[in-house]
Amino acid sequence: MAKNNMRPPIKVPKGTLMRVIRQLFKDYPVHLTVVVVCLLITAVSSTMPAIFMGRTVTLIEQALAAIAGGTAPAAALESVFGGIVQIAVTLLCIYAVSLTCSFTYNRLMAIVTQGFLNKMRQRMFKGMQKLPIRYFDSNHTGDIMSYYTNDIDTLRQLVSQSLPNMITAMVVIVMVVSIMLYYSVWMTLLVFLGVIAMTFVTKKVGGNSARYFVRQQQSVGKMEGFVEEIMNGQKVVQVFCHEEESKKDFDRLNEQLFKDAESANRFANMLMPILSNIGNVLYVAVAILGGALMILGVPNLSFSGLPLTLAAVVPFLNMTKQFTGNISQISQQVNAVVMAQAGAARLFALMDEQPETDEGYVALVNCREEDGKIIECKERTGMWAWKHPHQADGSVTYTKLAGDVVLDHVDFGYVPEKIVLHDVTLYAEPGQKVAFVGATGAGKTTITNLINRFYDIADGKILYDVININKIKKADLRRSLGMVLQDTNLFTGTVMENIRYGKLDATDEECIAAAKLANADNFIRRLPDGYNTMLTANGANLSQGQRQLLSIARAAVADPPVMIMDEATSSIDTRTEALVQQGMDRLMKGRTVFIIAHRLSTVRNSDVIMVLEQGRIIERGNHEKLIAEKGKYYQLYTGAFELE
Amino acid sequence: MLKRLAGCIREYKTASILSPVIVMLEVVLECILPFMTAELVNEIQGNCDMNVLLRYALLLVLMAVLSLTCGALAGHFCATASCGFAKNLRKDLFYNVQRFSFSNIDKFSTSSLVTRLTTDVANVQMAYMMLVRTAFRSPFMMIFSFIMAFYMGGKMAWVFVVVMPILAFGLLMIARKAMPIFRKVFRKYDNLNNSVQENIQGMRVVKAFVREEREGEKFAAASEDVAADFTRAEKILALNNPLMQFCLHIVMLVVIFFGSQLVISSNSTALTVGQLSALLTYGMQILMSLMMLSMIFVMLTMSAESARRIVEVLDEGSDIVNPENPRYEVADGSLDFENVSFKYSKKAEQYALQEINLHIRSGQTVGIIGGTGSSKTTLIQLISRLYDVSEGSVKVGGVDVREYDVETLRNQVAVVLQKNVLFAGTIKENLRWGNLEATDEELIHACKLACAHDFISQFPDGYDTHIDQGGTNVSGGQKQRLCIARALLKKPKVLILDDSTSAVDTHTDAMIRKAFREEIPGTTKLIIAQRISSVEDADQIIVMHGGRIDDVGTHAELLARNAIYQEVYTSQNKGGAEDGEE
Repeated sequence: MAKNNMRPPIKVPKGTLMRVIRQLFKDYPVHLTVVVVCLLITAVSSTMPAIFMGRTVTLIEQALAAIAGGTAPAAALESVFGGIVQIAVTLLCIYAVSLTCSFTYNRLMAIVTQGFLNKMRQRMFKGMQKLPIRYFDSNHTGDIMSYYTNDIDTLRQLVSQSLPNMITAMVVIVMVVSIMLYYSVWMTLLVFLGVIAMTFVTKKVGGNSARYFVRQQQSVGKMEGFVEEIMNGQKVVQVFCHEEESKKDFDRLNEQLFKDAESANRFANMLMPILSNIGNVLYVAVAILGGALMILGVPNLSFSGLPLTLAAVVPFLNMTKQFTGNISQISQQVNAVVMAQAGAARLFALMDEQPETDEGYVALVNCREEDGKIIECKERTGMWAWKHPHQADGSVTYTKLAGDVVLDHVDFGYVPEKIVLHDVTLYAEPGQKVAFVGATGAGKTTITNLINRFYDIADGKILYDVININKIKKADLRRSLGMVLQDTNLFTGTVMENIRYGKLDATDEECIAAAKLANADNFIRRLPDGYNTMLTANGANLSQGQRQLLSIARAAVADPPVMIMDEATSSIDTRTEALVQQGMDRLMKGRTVFIIAHRLSTVRNSDVIMVLEQGRIIERGNHEKLIAEKGKYYQLYTGAFELE
Repeated sequence: MLKRLAGCIREYKTASILSPVIVMLEVVLECILPFMTAELVNEIQGNCDMNVLLRYALLLVLMAVLSLTCGALAGHFCATASCGFAKNLRKDLFYNVQRFSFSNIDKFSTSSLVTRLTTDVANVQMAYMMLVRTAFRSPFMMIFSFIMAFYMGGKMAWVFVVVMPILAFGLLMIARKAMPIFRKVFRKYDNLNNSVQENIQGMRVVKAFVREEREGEKFAAASEDVAADFTRAEKILALNNPLMQFCLHIVMLVVIFFGSQLVISSNSTALTVGQLSALLTYGMQILMSLMMLSMIFVMLTMSAESARRIVEVLDEGSDIVNPENPRYEVADGSLDFENVSFKYSKKAEQYALQEINLHIRSGQTVGIIGGTGSSKTTLIQLISRLYDVSEGSVKVGGVDVREYDVETLRNQVAVVLQKNVLFAGTIKENLRWGNLEATDEELIHACKLACAHDFISQFPDGYDTHIDQGGTNVSGGQKQRLCIARALLKKPKVLILDDSTSAVDTHTDAMIRKAFREEIPGTTKLIIAQRISSVEDADQIIVMHGGRIDDVGTHAELLARNAIYQEVYTSQNKGGAEDGEE
């Protein structure tokens, strides 16, 4: 199935940011309420010093005026000392409160940020486990991985910094503006003019920067894809002395990435100095205006109705600084918010994927037979039954699991336009060994994908012990089918743990017995730590043949009623394969086994052999019958002797 | 390690130096600004005339413009320096990997190399950006602000001398406590992501064994663990802000309380109102610089791990290098193994190959048979120096392979690898890997030899058909034949097929061998195979067992005397034959 080669361009649906915030509040309602309250208090109290600074200046002016009037400095100080102490004490109290709040919200945010990321990760992972195989077949591993690495990282910045910063900045701006209006409307209007300039610059420069950051992401993606391909084929590169060519290709991509990254960072780096200097100019402009207003004696317009004095101008200047500082704060977060929105949009897209549906109700249970009646039991008996509840009358019937599989006129295509299986009908009787042979793409693996419902059929039906498999709970259906797949996938852990994956409560002895059955015991014992050898990176330290033996052992320990082996021994030499087959035949005696192989020696002793060609069964029968028919199978089989 | 990394700055040295220099200029301006504004405020207080105000204003705006220019320039150079540094790092990494020998490649997984080229380089780039901009800016800013504060505020500035050590000590303690946790948890986080990747790749196994819930629980536990560690570290880091605010508050209180008294008692001679507010600005700048320094400290330590991983690849020297006076001519396709022993690493206990003696004449066809793990592949990889022998000597054309120019040798000894790869691009582009200058006729001829021409012609786009990454849109047998054609285009003196026709049906397999015999009789052909039919018509067949040569002979000889060969033969021909289809 074709995979999407490039990650789709980011389309951020409206309200993505709100969805993050809603989810955040849903997960941490108490924490966040406290955080928001603390943020408000710290933000408000951060504007207070400006006011008290103003009051202090008023006191100083009073005292200085008194000195100018002839009072001794000591006496003048005496007269305002009480006021200064009062200011200091009030400030001390405000600081104590704001410090407590700041401490609280910083601690809480550490908990909330990491907790939220943790919850999101778990949601993603658990949701991902429920997705149908189709999803994994049509998306690259690397692309799914980047949800867990890149995309979730954008949320970290958003939650821990951008959101609190923006809340604080907004509150401070509102506070500062009202205080500024309190002192002087004229000067406030000038500040607004400056803000318009800053917003304009942010939009221009920040917009450029964001555009290049998006381009940079694309360049990174392209380079990553190229590097991955070349490194995967590094040995081929060496064998063909193709190093210089790949260096040339790499240089081109690397240069592009450099250009995009440079532009993105240049604009981002420039934003801060530009904004802070606009702030500086604004500061000067306000000072001049204030001075001019005072010198020229222009009547002041203010909410307080106070005249414009130095006591108003000095705090006003401080507030201008605070104001522009906060605007810069917000603008610094623009990039982070844009990236986080894109990241969150992708995460939500993953979480919103349609999970695998399961409308089945027939369950698989252990059972034993007493006087010809099937009785359900808890312990493992080597006998299984399908428990079939009837909705109409609430009664329950049991059908013994026999391993009778019927495909009845089945059509199927991975995409509706392209049917890969045409009208396939087959019967696997209990205890039979059924084999599929055919060319790559003939539809062998597809049939097993349908029996265990990795994919659902388009037309026809599949019956399992005369029950339509749609009625069987998916988990139970799959539990009843042991699978050894074409691609061996082992997990990080010891050899023993990997075998035990087939049956979680298996004892060491059971695992070893399974390994012996699969003929894996020999090589396992030769590994550095035997059964306790750690396997990493999908068992990179084992050969492909050894990995296959292990995955057979893993299926064997599960001791399933029905077994499907898809090219399970393709990398094992024919001598060892014969031994493995003997073991498996012993284990699966009396049970149904499906075998898929292109090697005829693998399927020769099967009860029924189906020859598939382009999604159709063209021949069926046992080895002798097919040879006698002198059809396609015969041709394949005798091909070895047709050496001109 | 730092030296190694610094070596990658190269042409971006100018930008790397200019950036901090300009930053310092910017700092000087930024520090004078509050001083000037303090003067301005004092002038306003003095009710001076408009002209004086305007002169100040002009000066200040000029300074702001200058500071802006410096800031923008610094930003520009800093972006160039850091992105350029990252570019060179990536280039050096990639180029070095291109130099890798097989044994170097075996050490690193593809995904770890890709991570090093992307994430790790990005981390180091960030750290470098901080380094050239902020790491110079902060200390300089601190010193300069100090000077200005003392110059203006006199005794009042002592408050900074008291507060600063408190903050510095606090920040240092926080960083020292948090860093070890961070280092540990980053490793855990990597493991977590690795296990996600494993889960995605093994999804069929997970679903087939109905282990979705268990995988979910396993992941949840690991994720909780990571989150707990992260929270612990971040809770410690969360002290940074309050600590900083605490220090600022102290400065504020002291300046307001004592400063205002000083202004009054000295009647504005020791301190003026304008200087009072300037002092606060400097205080802010000093403490912020300290805070930035501690952030840089944290960032640098965090990126140290990334830097280490990058240097690890950069330092990996290829163990296969050209000799001093290499030979550029390969006489013929004869092969000789003389007392060859080989192990994959010096530390390995077991030899993969032992005491191999073998003589193959130019133009012969030689089959190699042996079970899984009998070192067939290892044997042939020594011929084109994909690995070097541990003991003994391998000769091609009568000369030890270590005396040839590596590229010459590999062009004359073409290997079709067992795990072969096609690359994204057209069929033509893929084939031209063998010979960049090959004409279309040569391509078609090679494909005919490899029995690939027929199926290629059936594609709607023929030789221009696009191959997906990894060659997923052609069948296994088709892929193998394309790989053989690609190798044939080299017109090699020795051609080695490592199990390269396993997915090709026996009939086509025989056709290919026939073409080899008739069209390239002078080329020595080595064929590793699982099935007897692929080798039975060879001039000699080597039977490998446990890293040694068990026997050498023709099909008839071996069938008569060699136990292993007999067993393989019977397992495939028990009353019949073997294999089919692709």
